[in-house]
Amino acid sequence: MNDAVPAQVGNTQAPLESIDAVDLGLESAGYIASRQISTAIYLAHHLQKPILVEGPAGVGKTELAKSVATWMKLPLIRMQCYEGLDEAKALYEWKYGKQLLYTQILKDKINSVIGESDNLAQSLDKLHSFGDVFFSHQFLEPRPLLRALEEPGGAVLLIDEIDKSDQEFEAFLLEILSDYQVTIPELGTIGAKVPPIVLLTSNATRDLGDALKRRCLHLHIGFPDEKLEARIISSRVPGIDGRLLKQLVSFVQQLRAMDLKKVPSVSEAIDWARVLVLLHTSVLEVDLVRDTLNVLLKFEADIEAANKQIAGLTHKARQDAGV
Amino acid sequence: MSGFVAGKATASEPLRRFFQVARGAGLRVSAAEGIDAARAVDLVGFEDRVLLKDTLALIMAKTPDEKALYDEAFELYFKRDAFSGRGEGDEQDDGGHGEGRAPNQGPQAGGDGMGGSGGQSLGQLLESDDRAALATEMEKAAREAGLENIRFFTQKNLYARRILDRMGLRALEREMEAMRQTGEPEHLKRARTLEAKVDQLRDAVRDFVERNLILFAKGETEKFREELLKSARLSNLERRDMDRMRILVRQMAKKLAARYAKTRRRRLRGQLDTRRTLRRNMGWGGIPFITVWKQKRIEKPRVMVLCDVSGSVAAMSGFLLMFLYALNEALSDIRSFAFAGSLVEVSDILEKEPVEQAIGTIMQTIGYGSSNYGNSFADFEDGWMQFVNNKTTVIILGDGRGNRTDPRTDVIGRLSQRSKRIIWLNPEYKSAWGTGDSDMYRYAPFCNLVTVCNTLRHLERVITDILEDAA
Repeated sequence: MNDAVPAQVGNTQAPLESIDAVDLGLESAGYIASRQISTAIYLAHHLQKPILVEGPAGVGKTELAKSVATWMKLPLIRMQCYEGLDEAKALYEWKYGKQLLYTQILKDKINSVIGESDNLAQSLDKLHSFGDVFFSHQFLEPRPLLRALEEPGGAVLLIDEIDKSDQEFEAFLLEILSDYQVTIPELGTIGAKVPPIVLLTSNATRDLGDALKRRCLHLHIGFPDEKLEARIISSRVPGIDGRLLKQLVSFVQQLRAMDLKKVPSVSEAIDWARVLVLLHTSVLEVDLVRDTLNVLLKFEADIEAANKQIAGLTHKARQDAGV
Repeated sequence: MSGFVAGKATASEPLRRFFQVARGAGLRVSAAEGIDAARAVDLVGFEDRVLLKDTLALIMAKTPDEKALYDEAFELYFKRDAFSGRGEGDEQDDGGHGEGRAPNQGPQAGGDGMGGSGGQSLGQLLESDDRAALATEMEKAAREAGLENIRFFTQKNLYARRILDRMGLRALEREMEAMRQTGEPEHLKRARTLEAKVDQLRDAVRDFVERNLILFAKGETEKFREELLKSARLSNLERRDMDRMRILVRQMAKKLAARYAKTRRRRLRGQLDTRRTLRRNMGWGGIPFITVWKQKRIEKPRVMVLCDVSGSVAAMSGFLLMFLYALNEALSDIRSFAFAGSLVEVSDILEKEPVEQAIGTIMQTIGYGSSNYGNSFADFEDGWMQFVNNKTTVIILGDGRGNRTDPRTDVIGRLSQRSKRIIWLNPEYKSAWGTGDSDMYRYAPFCNLVTVCNTLRHLERVITDILEDAA
C-alpha cells in the first residue's frame, strides 16, 4: 500500500491539485459540479476515501462517477447492487468449467506426472511439488470489485444503489472501502495496485450502517439552485436558447416547491429541455406545457395537481425570464 | 501538502473543540472521523470558511438531519470566532503548528497586537475600553475555567463567576473598595465609572456563557430529556411533553419500519437444499461446485391489535395507536380495533386520516367509556374471528379490568387456538394484576406473553420482538 501512494500522487497530481482544477475538469467532461461536489472529489483523492453520494433520484449521482472517469481517463467499473448480491457476483468466482477441465486433464496425465513411484507417500510428495494450481489466479474470474483493485492505472469504481443490497453485503464491503484490499481465503489478501476512486450511491431506501458511513465521505447532492441548474442544462442541451432556458428553469423550480409525490429532478428537466428544443419552442405556452408535462412528472396525481396551476406557473416563469 | 500520508495529523485545538460542540449538538463524530477531519483541514486550511464548512460537512455529518445540525453548529461556533477577532485567528495558527500546548499564548499575542495590553490588569483594560483585548481575556479565562464542560442551565452563574474571577474581578473589586475608602472625589468618580463597566462586563460574560451553553450542551440536554421521556410512564406525561413524544414515537416506528420493511431470508446453515444445488450445478455435470443452502423466509407479520380506549388506559392507548399508525408502512397486514364498552375496527381511520386527527376521531367514537371486555371480545368473535389464522399475531392492550362483567375467557381461548399467538400488554404494574376487578390472571393462561408495558421503551421492545421472530 505504502509504496503505491506516492506513485499515484505522481500520476494524477496535475488534474487534482486544487478544487478549482476539479471544477474545471468535471466541466470539461460535461458535468457542472457544485462547490461541495468538487470539494468531495478533491478530498476523496487526497484522503483516499470513498464517497457515499446520497440524494433524490435523478440529480446526477451516477453521472458524477461517469464524468470523473471520463475526465481522468480512467476505466469506469460499475457494480449495480440488488437484493441477494453476493461475493461471487461482486468480488470473484472460480472458473468452475475450467477447473473441471483441469481435473480431467489431470486425471489423464496423472500417471506420467507421478511416474513410477511405487508407494503412496512418494507419489503424494511428487504431487505436492506441483503447487496448488487448482485455486490460483488463472482460475479466478474477477468480478467488478476485484477488477477495480487490479486495474494497473487505477480506476473509478461505482457501487450503485448500495441501499438495495443486503446488510451482509454492506459489511463485506468494509474491507475494500477502508483498506482497498480484499481477502480471498484460498489466495490470501489482494491489495490495490493503485487505489481506485470509489463512489457509492444510495437513494436512502434504507438506512446504511454506521460502519460504512464512517469509512466514507458523505456527499449529499440536492436539487441545484436556479443558476446551477441553468448551467447544467445548457451544458447538456447545447443548442438551447437563453430565454427559454430561464423560463424552463424557473418553471421546474416552481414545480419543486409544490407538494408532489415525485418532484421533477435534473434529469427530467434536461429531458424536457430536449423536448422543447425539438419542438422549436422559444416561449413557454400553457398548451405546450400541458402537452409535455408528462416528461417532467411521472405520476398521474402529480400531473393533475400541476395542471390546475399551469397557467399561473407558466406566467410566473415567463415573468422571471422577462418575456 | 498533497503528498500527505495517513495518520500524521492531530486535531488542532479549535478543531477539537468544534468536535466537542458538534457532539454536543447531537452529531456522532467518531475518533476515526476526527482524524479524517484533521487531515482534511490540514489539506484545505482554515482561511476559506465556506470551503472549511463543505469539507467538514463531508466528514462529520452523514444524514440529512445531521447536515442540518452540523450547519447550525458550524455557524454558531465559527461566528463566535469572528466576534473575538484577532485573538482567535492567532490561536488557530498556534494549533496548526502544534504549539497549542500553551493555550494562553495565542490570546496574549493578540492582546499585544492591540497596543501592549499584555500585562494589563482588568481595571486598566476596562478603563481603556479595549473591547478586543477584553474579549480575548474572556475567551482565555473561559478556557481555563473549563467552560466547555458546561451542561445544565443551572451552572450558568457558576461558570460566569469562575470566568470573572479568572479575569481578575476580585482584585479589581478590592481596588475599587480601596478607592472608595480614600473618599477623594476623583477616586470616587473613577470607582463609579468602573462599577458601570464591571456591570457591563458581567452582562457580557453571562451572555457569553449562555451562548456556550447552547453550543456545548444543547444536544446532550435534548438527549437527556429524550431518554427520560422514553422511560417515563406514558400515563404520567405532561401535556408539554406530548409534542416531543410524538416525534419520538415517529422516529422509533420509522427505525423499526426501515429494519423490517423487507421480506427477509435467513440462511439456515448446514442444511443443503439438494434440489436447488443439483439444478445450479447442472452446467458441470452435477458435480456440486456451488452449494445452495436452505433458506428460511421471514415474512412480514400479520398483526391484529385490540386496543382498550376506555378512560383508565386512554393515555397509553393513544400512544399505541400512534405507534401502529407509524408502523403501517412496515406491516402490510395490520388491522386495528378499539374497544371500551363494545368493539369497532379502526384500521380505515388510521389509514386515511393524519395521525392526530385519527386518534381524536377514534377516541370520540368509542373512547373514554367504561370497559366491558367480555362484550368487546364477543364483538370481535362475531365480526372478525374468521380473519384470524395461524399466521396472525393478536396484540391486546388493556388493563383487563372489565368492571366485574363476564370476562368471556372462552372467546380468548378460541382466539388463542386459531391465532399464532396472543400478546397482552398491560399498562399496570404486575402487583396490581388480579386485584379488584382485574381479570388479568383469568386471561393470562390463554396468552403466549403477558407483559407490563407502560413506557415508550417497553412498547418499542415488544414491537421489535414481534417483528423479530415473525417467521
